Amino acid sequence: MSNMKYLILRRITQIGLLVLYFGAHAYGWKMLSGTISSSSVLGKIPLSDPFAVLQMLAAGASLGLDVIVGAIIIALFYGIIGGRAFCSWVCPVNMVTDAAAWVRRKLLIDKIERKVWVTRNARYYMIAIALVVSAVAGFAAFEIVSPITIFNRGVIFGFGAGAGLLVAIFLLDLFVLKNAWCGHLCPLGGVHSLLGKYALLSVKHNSDNCTLCMKCKDVCPEVQVLNMIGKRSERVVQPECTNCGRCIDVCDDDALGFDILALGNKK
Amino acid sequence: MSTHTKPEITARRRFFTSAAHHTGLGLLGGLLWAGYADKARSSVLTLRPPAALPEADFLRTCIKCGLCAEACRNRDSNIDKETGKPRPETLKMAKASTAGVTVGTPYFVARDVPCYMCDDIPCVPACPTGALDEASVTNDEGELDFRKMDMGLATVDTNSCIAFWGLQCDLCYRACPLMDEAIKLHYTRNPRTGKHAFLEPVVDMNVCTGCGLCEKACPTEKAAIFVLPREVALGRPGDHYVKGWDKKDQQRVGERKMDTIITHDKRSEKKATDYLNDGVSYE
Repeated sequence: MSNMKYLILRRITQIGLLVLYFGAHAYGWKMLSGTISSSSVLGKIPLSDPFAVLQMLAAGASLGLDVIVGAIIIALFYGIIGGRAFCSWVCPVNMVTDAAAWVRRKLLIDKIERKVWVTRNARYYMIAIALVVSAVAGFAAFEIVSPITIFNRGVIFGFGAGAGLLVAIFLLDLFVLKNAWCGHLCPLGGVHSLLGKYALLSVKHNSDNCTLCMKCKDVCPEVQVLNMIGKRSERVVQPECTNCGRCIDVCDDDALGFDILALGNKK
Repeated sequence: MSTHTKPEITARRRFFTSAAHHTGLGLLGGLLWAGYADKARSSVLTLRPPAALPEADFLRTCIKCGLCAEACRNRDSNIDKETGKPRPETLKMAKASTAGVTVGTPYFVARDVPCYMCDDIPCVPACPTGALDEASVTNDEGELDFRKMDMGLATVDTNSCIAFWGLQCDLCYRACPLMDEAIKLHYTRNPRTGKHAFLEPVVDMNVCTGCGLCEKACPTEKAAIFVLPREVALGRPGDHYVKGWDKKDQQRVGERKMDTIITHDKRSEKKATDYLNDGVSYE
C-alpha cells in the first residue's frame, strides 16, 4: 500500500469534492456548493475557475464581484502553493485519463501502436483559440465543450449525452495518443501550468539514491518534466508537472519526494 | 536526362512552413470550434431563471455553476401545502442532450415544474456573476420583490382554451400567484346559449411575470395558456409611430406646435373632387 499513498489521497480528494458538490444540490449541504466552474464555501467564500472568467471577459461580459474574487482566490492558491495540483487532485477527468493510462500500461499499447505526434504545447494554442472563439461567439467557448465541467455537472445534476464525451476522451487516451487530453490538449491544464509555474510545492529528485529503474517515467503523465532522473539532483521546474506524486509512490529508492516551501533555492 | 536534385530545406523554409502549419491547424480548430459554438446557442423559446439578463448577455455572463439551481431545489418555501412534501426543483441545468438549451445553463420548463415565485427569490442572490441581476428584482425599498420578476409572458391560445368555448374553467386564473392582476377574467355573453357567460382569461402583460403556474394548471392536453419569452411573445411598433395623445410619447419626438407642422404638399393644390373625378365624363 505504501506505493499508493498519494494515489489514494488524490482519489479521496477528487471523489470527496464530488460528494460534497452532490450533497449540496441533493441535500442542501452548505460546505461546498456550486460546481467546479464556480463554488461557494459555506455559502460565503467564492471560488471560481480563472480560465472560465478569462473566457467570459474575452466574450465581453461585465462580471459580478463574487466571481472575480473567487477566480483570484483560486489563482493565488495554485500560484503560490499548489502549482498544477488542480489537474491531479481536483479535476474529475483525471480519473478517466489515469484509467486509460493504466489500461495502456497493462495492454502494453505503447510498445505496439504507431506513434502519433502532437506537441505538448497544443494546450497553449488551445487557450488562445478558446479566447478568440469566445470573443467571436460572445460566450465562454471552452465551457460548452469542457469535459471537466460536463463530468462535474453530470455527477451533481445527472449525466446526459455529455457522458459520451468522457468515453471519447478515454478512447482518445487509450488508443490514439498516450496522455492525449491532460498531457497535450486540455487548455485548462495549460492555464494551471502557467498559473502554478512559480508555486512552492514541487517534486524533488535525489539522483544519489536513484537506481535508474525508470518506474517514475513509466507512470508520469508529463514524462518530459522528469528529464533530470538519474542525472541531476534537482526540483522539477517545468510547469506541466501536476504534483500528482505518482513518481514518489512508485519510487522504491527514496529518490523522489515532495519539496514544500523551498523558498529561494529553486534550482 | 535531367538530374534529380533534392530540394534544400533551409532554416527559412522550415520557419515559414512550420508557421503555416501551426496557423493552419489553429485556424482549422478555431473554425470547427466556432461552428459548433454557433450551433450551441439556446432556442429563443428557452425560459431562464428570474432576473436573467437578456439572452445574449446571459450567455456570456453565466459561468454554469448551478448555484441558482441548487438554491431553487433547497429553498425553504418548497413544501407543497396539499401533500406536505417538497416540490421538485424548478431550475434545471441543461445537459449536452437537452434540446435547444446551451449546455450547462439553467432553464425551466413551465409545463413540467413552473416557478413558484418564492418571496425571498433564493436563486437570484446565489448567482456569483450577475447573470441573474439582483437589481432587476429589487424594489424601491431595497427588498427582493417577486412582482418584479420577468421570465416571460403567459399567452392564451383562444382556440384551444375551453373557457372560450363556454365551458366553465378558471384554473389558470386561480393558479396565478397574482390572481386577478396578471390574469383577469373577461365576462362576455355566450350567444349560443343566450343565458351563460364566457369567462375568458386575459393576461395583463404589465403584471405577468411568466412564472408558468397557469401553464402547469391548464387542463387541456397541450396547454392553451403557455409562457413565451417576452422577446418572442411581443411585437414592436418601432420609433416611427407616435401616440400624439400621450404627452410622454409625444415628447419622444419633441413638442411641436400645430402651426410649425407642414402638411401642405403638391397634391394639396388639387381639390379632392377634381382629383378623383378628373377626366370622367358624366354625359
